[in-house]
Amino acid sequence: MNELIEISGLTKAYDAQHVAVNNISLTLPRGKIIGLLGPNGSGKTTLIKMINGLLAPTQGIIRINGQNVGAATKAHVAYLPDRTYLAGGKRIREILDYFCDFYADFSREKALGMLRSLQIDPEARMNILSKGTKEKVQLILVMSRSADLYVLDEPIAGVDPAARDYILRTIINNYNPQASVIISTHLIGDIEQVLDEVIFMRYGYLVLYTSVDNIRAQHGKSVDAYFREVFAC
Amino acid sequence: MWNLDSDRPIYVQLVEQLQVQIVSGRYQPGQKLPSVRELAAAAAVNPNTMQKAFAELEGSGLVITQSTNGRTVTEDSGLIQDTRKRMAMKRAELFFLGMKELGYTKEEAAALLKEEGDISLNRR
Repeated sequence: MNELIEISGLTKAYDAQHVAVNNISLTLPRGKIIGLLGPNGSGKTTLIKMINGLLAPTQGIIRINGQNVGAATKAHVAYLPDRTYLAGGKRIREILDYFCDFYADFSREKALGMLRSLQIDPEARMNILSKGTKEKVQLILVMSRSADLYVLDEPIAGVDPAARDYILRTIINNYNPQASVIISTHLIGDIEQVLDEVIFMRYGYLVLYTSVDNIRAQHGKSVDAYFREVFAC
Repeated sequence: MWNLDSDRPIYVQLVEQLQVQIVSGRYQPGQKLPSVRELAAAAAVNPNTMQKAFAELEGSGLVITQSTNGRTVTEDSGLIQDTRKRMAMKRAELFFLGMKELGYTKEEAAALLKEEGDISLNRR
């Protein structure tokens, strides 16, 4: 079974005027790093929340590994939300304990190894860390799981270039041909060379799903430049 | 070492840069190459894209895959020399096209090349 995610006729309407995701159908394979791109308000985060079972679709179906989204799929999906959700007063070590209890596929050794390579002290409390370090800790937690699908919502927003490089290197180093990574961002230029494929969304619709090298070969420009052209106001 | 422009397919650029490293002797004939994963991390590109570049190099015969020993550079030095010559000719062609744009004849461009070559050699 090569398909990892099957989405069909997916719609999320918050009310009649606000249709955040509009009748999307999409099949995503394993072993790919996929960019989820679109202007603000295009429905990226709503789609991600439905993949993670945090929002219920108004209509349509999402299957991961052939199963409908629910407790069983959550065990195989590692999610990095677009905002901090970890209690500020907790030490990193306590959060590792929590992840060990919560996720059968979490590797404490892997997390400690990555923390060590970044010289982050596991005894530190979350609320004394800088924004960039906090983002790194959260990414480490997510990437230390051995999931089938990693969903990273804006992982590189608001971190410095060195931290961004570390985050991208971590994603490359954790590449696994059985798993896929979805990265939502609007900072396309920074990440396009690590992406296999890109999904463009606008006004809740799926505009395009293709490979980075296809866009470059067909249009002779970077995905970033092409994106600006397609979404020019 | 890795320098990628943003407007051409990434795997094409990886193929070119790996070819340069092979024909220049940075990777010797028969030498074992780093893994796809290592090279992808070094170039900060997607491992699938590096894999695709390797598939192309294997297709041209410059890189040989041995299931036991990973990937090595071919030991066929004739093939390496041919590739090197082809790449050099491509660069020479680009030079002459550029000079034509500036209004130089082929002879003038060749003379300038020789003159500039002598100056650069003397500087060393």
